[in-house]
Amino acid sequence: MNARRTLATTGRVLLQIRHDPRTIALLLVVPSLLIGLIAWLFTDTGTFQQIGPAVLGLFPFITMFLVTSVSTLRERRSGTLERLLTLPIGRSDFILGYALAFSLLAIAQALVAVGFAVWVCGLEVEGPIGLLVVVAVADAILGTALGLLASAFARTEFQVVQFMPALVFPQVLLGGILLPRDQMPEVLQAVSDWLPLSYAVDALNSVAAGDAVGEVGLDLLVIAAFAVGAIVLGSLTLRRRTA
Amino acid sequence: MVNSLAIECDALRVRRGREEALHDVDLRIQSGSLVAVLGPSGSGKTTLLRSIVGAQRITGGQVTVLGSPAGSAALRRRVGYVTQEASVYDDLTVRQNLGYFRSIVGAPRGDVERVLDATGLADLGGRLVASLSGGQRSRVSLAAALLGEPELLVLDEPTVGLDPVLRVQLWNEFRALCDAGTTLLVSSHVMDEATRCDRLILLREGTVLADDTLPALLAATGATDAEDAFLRLVAAEPGGAA
Ligand SMILES: Nc1ncnc2c1ncn2[C@@H]1O[C@H](COP(=O)(O)OP(=O)(O)OP(=O)(O)O)[C@@H](O)[C@H]1O
Ligand SMILES: [Mg+2]
Repeated sequence: MNARRTLATTGRVLLQIRHDPRTIALLLVVPSLLIGLIAWLFTDTGTFQQIGPAVLGLFPFITMFLVTSVSTLRERRSGTLERLLTLPIGRSDFILGYALAFSLLAIAQALVAVGFAVWVCGLEVEGPIGLLVVVAVADAILGTALGLLASAFARTEFQVVQFMPALVFPQVLLGGILLPRDQMPEVLQAVSDWLPLSYAVDALNSVAAGDAVGEVGLDLLVIAAFAVGAIVLGSLTLRRRTA
Repeated sequence: MVNSLAIECDALRVRRGREEALHDVDLRIQSGSLVAVLGPSGSGKTTLLRSIVGAQRITGGQVTVLGSPAGSAALRRRVGYVTQEASVYDDLTVRQNLGYFRSIVGAPRGDVERVLDATGLADLGGRLVASLSGGQRSRVSLAAALLGEPELLVLDEPTVGLDPVLRVQLWNEFRALCDAGTTLLVSSHVMDEATRCDRLILLREGTVLADDTLPALLAATGATDAEDAFLRLVAAEPGGAA
């Protein structure tokens, strides 16, 4: 681990994104547009107030998963990763550099999405709005961490895109957005206990319902543990020598 | 003197996919020399260079570089490697690319301008790499490897796609680096480039056909140039055709 090399990598990734303003615009605007669409769709029912909080965590999670897995895969395929790994950069410097860069983006994205949901779409939140932002950012970081890990197992762009339905959709289905988790069949409920997104949805619902901050903190800890685990696994899968 | 060897391969074997790409390769490369690895497409040049920089998983044998096993952590700041395809970031400018690699190798700030000059890129520093020609991109990739003045440079086909003027300029630069004490191992499939090197290693189908100076090679084969010498060596092999 070396702070200079980690930060150099973060700076480089952010510079690359700065050269791609369209991606920045999509990252910042698309979650809000979808949240607005959901709010509009359920105008005459109470559904938006029910699922709105969870959806706030979902979009940052999904977009960060995709952006991260695609950009690290690109790095593997372009030969820049092979070159970097012959240089004095630690594998954890590389992974943490990426995680840090995308986390910064995630913070911007979460701020925009939460602000839009609360002030434009009228999402009612009993708990502190700042905490809602914190949980949304944690979800985005989780997406980044899982994306880093997933890209290690993809050889092609097609494969990495397939990880979306394979890894992300089941978590969305079982996370408690479509159906509260205590109403699911027992087996699926047990499975969902092992999926990180379940804790994210839980945390967002708790904040919205104005539950004790301690409960949210516990969920945040679980999310952080999953993120750290994915980052550690991800850096172990980086191989300096390949066949 | 053992430590005057920059690279030593003993019975190096590498399998890539189903086939063996290198069969029992033995090589010794002196420190401070400029050596070419020549051979047709698919002969194993890239595989050999990757084994030397420690990027290739090897099946057998030993590779020692600057006195340490290839790929060891201590070598990562002493060896510069240029991959065959330019490995730089398309969505950064030339200077931003070099700035990033500079901080990774821990070279002094002024190094970026030095390598820009050395590779004839001084006027292109502000250009996005994606907007460069193929030859310009590969020079950016080369420039990145020169950062921090590594003792050993391993260059995989650095002159592909360059015009004759630039090619000569780069070979002059390689010679200057060599005179300053750097060891260079340069692969190419342009046999003419042999005349620029202290020694040639001719590879064919994963084995070393010859490892000698150009004059010695010409004398031994009775050929007039490196290409002719290569063809004669292939024809002289048991079962060789030409
Ligand atoms: N990723 C790979 N997987 C499986 N086999 C490979 C791979 N890369 C190369 N090979 C095989 O290994 C052998 C040597 O390839 P190598 O890339 O070292 O050749 P080369 O001399 O560098 O060729 P070129 O001049 O075209 O770059 C070839 O038979 C090739 O088909
Ligand atoms: Mg090659």
